[in-house]
Amino acid sequence: MNAANYLYISALLFTIGAVGVVVRRNAIVVFMCIELMLNAANLSFVTFSRINGNLDGQVMAFFTMVVAACEVVVGLAIIVTIYRSRRSASVDDASLLKR
Amino acid sequence: MMQLALEVGQTAQPEAIMFWILGPMAVVAALGMLLVKKAVHSAILMAFVMVILAIFYIAQDAVFLGIVQVVVYTGAVMMLFLFILMLVGVDSSDSLTETIAGLRPIAITAAVGFGGLMVSLLGRATLGRQATGLSAANADGNVQGIAKELFSTYVFPFEVVSALLITAAMGAMVLAHHQRTTVRPTQRQLSINRFRGETLASAAGLPGPGVYARHNAVDVPALLPDGTPAPTSVNASLEARGDMLDYKSFDLSEVNTQIVEEK
Repeated sequence: MNAANYLYISALLFTIGAVGVVVRRNAIVVFMCIELMLNAANLSFVTFSRINGNLDGQVMAFFTMVVAACEVVVGLAIIVTIYRSRRSASVDDASLLKR
Repeated sequence: MMQLALEVGQTAQPEAIMFWILGPMAVVAALGMLLVKKAVHSAILMAFVMVILAIFYIAQDAVFLGIVQVVVYTGAVMMLFLFILMLVGVDSSDSLTETIAGLRPIAITAAVGFGGLMVSLLGRATLGRQATGLSAANADGNVQGIAKELFSTYVFPFEVVSALLITAAMGAMVLAHHQRTTVRPTQRQLSINRFRGETLASAAGLPGPGVYARHNAVDVPALLPDGTPAPTSVNASLEARGDMLDYKSFDLSEVNTQIVEEK
């Protein structure tokens, strides 16, 4: 099987994640879609590592995972803080700067 | 492209079978993530996609990353997501109506364009090139190979990442720290508010839920002396979740009072 097929799946998952970030309004779901995009990028890192026959891609994917874990921790803390003050997890409700 | 499709269709390797079963499942689950209404269902579909990606990693000789994917993503990150969902409230389902006019068609058009661009680009860039494979790089074992890279070439980024992790933990602690802006009311103050407030309606505590001949769970409101339901007698989170029942279905006039004799 051609390893490039994994790249097509990766592109599809990335696109779906990007649509989710734009379309969904619940901040937690938006966040999960960002995670999906990061995972799609990881899949292409791993696939390129296999195509090129060295492990640098896998190390990069490892770093992406660490950064994603940090991002989840801080992002969810922000969501909880916003929820605590506004009683809502919708990204449309946090529009105080507009007025 | 055509050649690629033929090549893939004709190989009967186990990996190809696995790919053509799991790949569509991953895409369908990711699409479902966008379409389902409740955030909890999205989280479960996301965990499903992540497990499939872990299988893909292991199939591509990235054993270490596959295990890390299961442990870190499906184990830690998704559980953190579910935990926050429970904290923020399971009722935080998204209404799927669009607030910005025309956002959805634009997003879908842009996504189709972007996805088409990526796929056509990949089709042109990688066609006719066979994968080298990781058997040489993984000769001493995958974990050993990654460790060699991580602690030689990438040792400085590795240290920076550790600083990042500590900073993230600190940031989460600072953000989640709750500072009280008002003075906590004392027992005395609470009592004064209760009896010298505007109304004495809640002086004796809130009413309990309704008790009916056929139902006495907490999801039905009690009836006031004038026969109207008391909304305060049902827990607010049950009401928000839509789990409150209508008291009318337990009305005496609805009850079948015919006695069936047993023989």
